[in-house]
Amino acid sequence: MMKSVKKHDRKRDERFAFAVIKALSLTTALVLLLIIGYITWNAIPALNWQFVAGTPGDPLNTGIWPMAVNTLLLVVLTLAIALPLGILAAVYLKEYVREGPFVSVVRSATENLAGMPSIIFGLFGLVFFGKMLGLGWSLANGTLTASIIILPTIMRTTEEALKSVPQSYREGSLALGATRWQTVKKVVLVSAFPGIMSGLMLAIGRVVGETAALMFTLGSSDRVATSLMDSGRTLAMHLYMLAHEGLSVEGAFATAFVLVVVVLAVNVTAEMLANRALGRGGRQIGR
Amino acid sequence: MASLTLFPKAGNKASAEKRTERIIKGGLMLCALLSVLVVLLITVMVFKEAWPAIKQQGLLNMITGTSWKPTAAKPRFGLLPMIAGSFAVTALALLIGVPVGLATAIYGAELATVRVAPLVGRMAGILAGIPSVVYGFFGLMVIVPAVRLLGGTGMGVLSAGVVLAMMILPTVISVSEAAIRAVPGEYREASLAMGATKWQTIWHVVIPAAKSGIMASVVLAIGRAVGETMAVILVAGNIPVIPKGLLSATRTLTVNIALEMGYVRPGSLHYSALFAAAAVLFAFIMLINLSVRMITRGGSR
Amino acid sequence: MAGETGSRSMVRAEGLNLYYDKLHALKDVDMEVPKNSVLSLIGPSGCGKSTFLRTINRMNDLIPGVRVQGKVEVDGSDIYDPSCDVIDLRRKVGMVFQKPNPFPMSVYDNVAYGPRVHGIKDRAELDSIVEKSLKDAALWDEIKDRLKKPALGISGGQQQRLCIARTLAVEPDVILMDEPTSALDPISTGKIEELIDELKKRYTIIIVTHNMQQAGRISDRTAFFLLGQVIEEGPTYDIFHRPADKRTEDYITGRFG
Repeated sequence: MMKSVKKHDRKRDERFAFAVIKALSLTTALVLLLIIGYITWNAIPALNWQFVAGTPGDPLNTGIWPMAVNTLLLVVLTLAIALPLGILAAVYLKEYVREGPFVSVVRSATENLAGMPSIIFGLFGLVFFGKMLGLGWSLANGTLTASIIILPTIMRTTEEALKSVPQSYREGSLALGATRWQTVKKVVLVSAFPGIMSGLMLAIGRVVGETAALMFTLGSSDRVATSLMDSGRTLAMHLYMLAHEGLSVEGAFATAFVLVVVVLAVNVTAEMLANRALGRGGRQIGR
Repeated sequence: MASLTLFPKAGNKASAEKRTERIIKGGLMLCALLSVLVVLLITVMVFKEAWPAIKQQGLLNMITGTSWKPTAAKPRFGLLPMIAGSFAVTALALLIGVPVGLATAIYGAELATVRVAPLVGRMAGILAGIPSVVYGFFGLMVIVPAVRLLGGTGMGVLSAGVVLAMMILPTVISVSEAAIRAVPGEYREASLAMGATKWQTIWHVVIPAAKSGIMASVVLAIGRAVGETMAVILVAGNIPVIPKGLLSATRTLTVNIALEMGYVRPGSLHYSALFAAAAVLFAFIMLINLSVRMITRGGSR
Repeated sequence: MAGETGSRSMVRAEGLNLYYDKLHALKDVDMEVPKNSVLSLIGPSGCGKSTFLRTINRMNDLIPGVRVQGKVEVDGSDIYDPSCDVIDLRRKVGMVFQKPNPFPMSVYDNVAYGPRVHGIKDRAELDSIVEKSLKDAALWDEIKDRLKKPALGISGGQQQRLCIARTLAVEPDVILMDEPTSALDPISTGKIEELIDELKKRYTIIIVTHNMQQAGRISDRTAFFLLGQVIEEGPTYDIFHRPADKRTEDYITGRFG
């Protein structure tokens, strides 16, 4: 029968297509493993106390201590600004107003921000915070610029988290005579907390990895920033300078390794939190 | 109107509570408006700073000018080499990255077992989280030497394209995978019930049904590749000439800004010309954002 | 003061019309609910009984596109008057939902939630409110050792009584119940019905139910809704034994619905 011949061909087509798909998928996995493996392997010899605690002024010129501190400062300050703003903006969009022109304008602006290249944020920080507000190259400027960068991430993940809070919680609270804000504060946000934290993790990853936006806002001084007006260099910026100027390959590997570890930690935590947000069934919140 | 207050000691609290609610609502609205404000500020800032150069040089002249010599005695501010550079590396990145990413998405959504499937999303998450500068460094240490075997310095269109291809993978994978997963199971069942093979079902039913999501993933990937700076700067060679081939060095719009903004004198023509480059980039990204919106909106109907 | 307006009705609706966009969901509803009585709302799905219930504490405000015409009075005050405070209204008119919806907090915090949002902070006072409310909801003996345990961990029937306790804790005058036993087993249903009988001594209760026997057992008066209209309203015994309207009779004897 002619049909059986055709069937045979189709089977062969399918086997071929699936083989190609599997090979290409494997490529993705290999790319990831190669990046992580290559950097880790080469970083091992450089990971020592000198690297961790030293400063670039030391003879071996590899210490990352000031950059690590600057990165931490930047992350903490940025979250302190962007987290409340982003959460409150999302609360407004999800809990206070209905879909309409206002919401869609805000949403499209947020999407535009999310798709904006880092370098544009860098220029904005340079001109607006640096020149017009007189912040120059400083921790303050870097913080404000980075806050704008992560604002869309925090807004989006918070909106998602709010969406997953059962409507019956809101109704139960409102029916008891609680105000909107009491309902949001005491029931909705607390219940959306793990989801929001998962977004926070993504935001941390973004700030830690950011370079182009910080070049002209935070600057690249290799000392610990001791005031908001000090310039400072983050780990990612440090890696760029080491790689671009060929200063220390060993130091570059070790710095890249630290960045990759941070990314992995952030991803794992985000996923754990997201899973917790999904399996909310028997979960508890405090008062 | 009779008071309905229940707790006597709450007394006059009701009106105070209402006022607090109003203040809170106003404050929340300001937070929501922040992103609108920032987008407006960015738009105004980019074009305002770019204006002197555009006025003096002419927009068309800048876009079609093939020579970028900002510090020469008779400075030239042609942006075409950078536009061509951005285009070349992005096109190459798509050529390599989209098939790999799409195949991975199909694998994750259609072929992988329940235990393996989540790994695909996790891989995309980690790839998306790795900082640009780490990709650039990896490219510099691994891709560039490999490309050098083909001749030249190794820095150029090919290296940048390969590095960018890796960087757009997570975008293509996660957005496409979500689109494929969103295709209703009944479509698959209907096709399989008619005797189609799994592959025929995927190719003729599932992928066409997920078309708009897949297109959105590609457009988002274009945005990511065009906007990337730090990874490209380390592997592209950065010479501002129109690339002649895969191995020639190239400079993108983003790299042009990053390399020269550090030493340029604010207010000078050179400074303004860099903002003109940023304005071209900005306009392109806006176009991308708009396309994504249109594609996803059309697809949801 | 409210309530001294001459009428002894706790809840009164007059010429009430409600629209969801274009859909006319309630048509010229008139209703009087005497103080400390139980009124059952019965009728087929989509007849408007739940919608009517939700106009009484203005929960319909949460749904986009809802328009209300006519008058609803609670304790003599027009609740759709612009000067009416919805928050105050909802303190006075409590609601128990179809599916138990305790907050993901401890049992104690669930009951204390209402008093807390209304400004009570004193620990001893909260303790006594929680104890009293749980006792009134006939839950105290079962749960007094588990006050700090997650509310989501107790049984469905207990959760619903917890939701009733949560409502009692803000000392409402009226309690609205939207098919409160439809998600429960017969034993839990029996307990809630006993509870309602107890509660009507102090509260005015309006209950939506799909269960004819339940309406017969627990309510003083019954209203039959059909296609957004009140077909018939009167003492429960009369509605069930000598309905005036043919449609009421058909529904009660199970000919449609």
